Amino acid sequence: MDGATFHSVTLDPAKCTGCTTCIRYCPTEAIRVRKGRASIMDDRCIDCGECIRVCPHSAKKALSDPLAALERFPLRVAIPAPTLYGQFDEKFTVDRILGGLLALGFSDVVEVAWAAELVAQATADWMAAAEGEGPWISSACPAVVKLLQVRFPSLLDKLVPVLSPMEAAARIVKERLYPGRSDVGVFFISPCAAKVTVSRYPQGARVSAVDGVIGIKDVYLALRNVLPSVEEKPLGHAGARGIAWAHIDGESDAVGDPRGISVSGIADVIGVFEALENGKLRNVAFIEALACPAGCVGGPLTVENPYIARARIRARERRIALLEQRPSPVSAEGLELLWEEGVSARPALRLDPDMLKAMIMMEEMEQVLSSLPGLDCGSCGAPSCRAFAEDVARGQALITDCIFKLRENVRKLAEQLIDMERMQPPGLDRE
Amino acid sequence: MKLHYEVPGDDLSLAGRASTEVKRALGRLGIDPVEIKRVAVAMYEAEINMVIHAGGGTAEADISPERVTVVLADHGPGIADLDLAMQEGYSTAPESVREMGFGAGMGLPNIKRNADDLHIDTALGLGTTVTIVIKLKTG
Repeated sequence: MDGATFHSVTLDPAKCTGCTTCIRYCPTEAIRVRKGRASIMDDRCIDCGECIRVCPHSAKKALSDPLAALERFPLRVAIPAPTLYGQFDEKFTVDRILGGLLALGFSDVVEVAWAAELVAQATADWMAAAEGEGPWISSACPAVVKLLQVRFPSLLDKLVPVLSPMEAAARIVKERLYPGRSDVGVFFISPCAAKVTVSRYPQGARVSAVDGVIGIKDVYLALRNVLPSVEEKPLGHAGARGIAWAHIDGESDAVGDPRGISVSGIADVIGVFEALENGKLRNVAFIEALACPAGCVGGPLTVENPYIARARIRARERRIALLEQRPSPVSAEGLELLWEEGVSARPALRLDPDMLKAMIMMEEMEQVLSSLPGLDCGSCGAPSCRAFAEDVARGQALITDCIFKLRENVRKLAEQLIDMERMQPPGLDRE
Repeated sequence: MKLHYEVPGDDLSLAGRASTEVKRALGRLGIDPVEIKRVAVAMYEAEINMVIHAGGGTAEADISPERVTVVLADHGPGIADLDLAMQEGYSTAPESVREMGFGAGMGLPNIKRNADDLHIDTALGLGTTVTIVIKLKTG
């Protein structure tokens, strides 16, 4: 596996019942059920986590790190996503939650929410100087970037080439707080499955400064248990502008261009990109697109309901806005936040590199599709009759994998049997 | 190869389905994304026009390695003054449609900008056939 095919979403074969729920929700039609188990097509998966969310048997999970991964480093720095703050009642302050992470074994903590404020500024600066036509698309959501690579390659040149808040926070740790040290491990406390992937195969950077990604749900209980006894210290530096990145609209508000569209939830994100590709969006400067419902608070590795978490984050924003922001823990002056390299298209949906071959396959696909019942029942293991027709054209499925086509064939065979039964050998036929 | 679509004329929320399907088909064929976008913009505009002004019709995409030819045919009222219709900002769309963000008078000029070849055959009271050609460098 490499950057194009690695994905963090995996299947627990022992839990999967082959029920076909997940295949319908996958935005890139990357899942098929084969031999009673779901299987993910590596090159198509964008790590959005929809299948983790919808699986009724909890058979889908992200390859995130356990809390025990901390032991690999003498000095371990937690960089929690702002979403973490929405998992707990507001009676637990941000200072207390960050203190709780120290109590769990981290040596230091730097808020991704604080780095997000720097990223917002870098985004606004980049857009102000950008040549060419917008609307510019935020690259903060790694699943959205992958969605563009697989489904909307024509929009890749609209991505804002600024590092994500996670990457920015990790670089601050390694380049500013502990420069030149090799014993520092940076761990992202993540609501997001896709962040696991980009910590290994980063978008826009050659190497990620993140050493591990731990799911919020994997620290939740331990953190919840230590919170009441934590001694509060002034650990939080993020303002309301940074904390708001946990939910939809937070990033747009922080970037500050009023001609923005904020969209969350993968289906609506796709709708906005379709409209953009059709040239329908005019007078829009910036698109904040987040794959999860209500934004990162809806991430598959969270515990709390996205809308409850968002309400809590908003309550925290209101409270923090009244306080004077603490001075930065370290200077980020001159830190490079722009991408080192672009991201390229992933032609995972292409039928064949040879266009003529692809055309022949597509004609077969259309022909197969017109012979199918169009029920999208999923019994064949593909998400729709159209996807099944494509599988047949690609040689990855047989037409008789369709239960209706199989029945049709059985009926024909039965008719032939009856016809044959009526025939008599000439020597016996007395009529 | 040819792809054929019926474009219903009674529901603006469904308008754009045919162009989305064509776009996905071109993606499956591995056509250059920039060229796909030109087809998408031109065809989408024409499809919307057909729904707003002509009560729907049919859309056909003929794809070869050299070009994509999209033909959109309707039995609507026809275009009275084609030269005027080609001007940016000119529109006969009713207010109800403009409120939805359509009908800004950019449709035909936008198609022309994205197409390598645009042919409009129109007759008052009989209908309009729009033929859009986009040449492919991939072929």
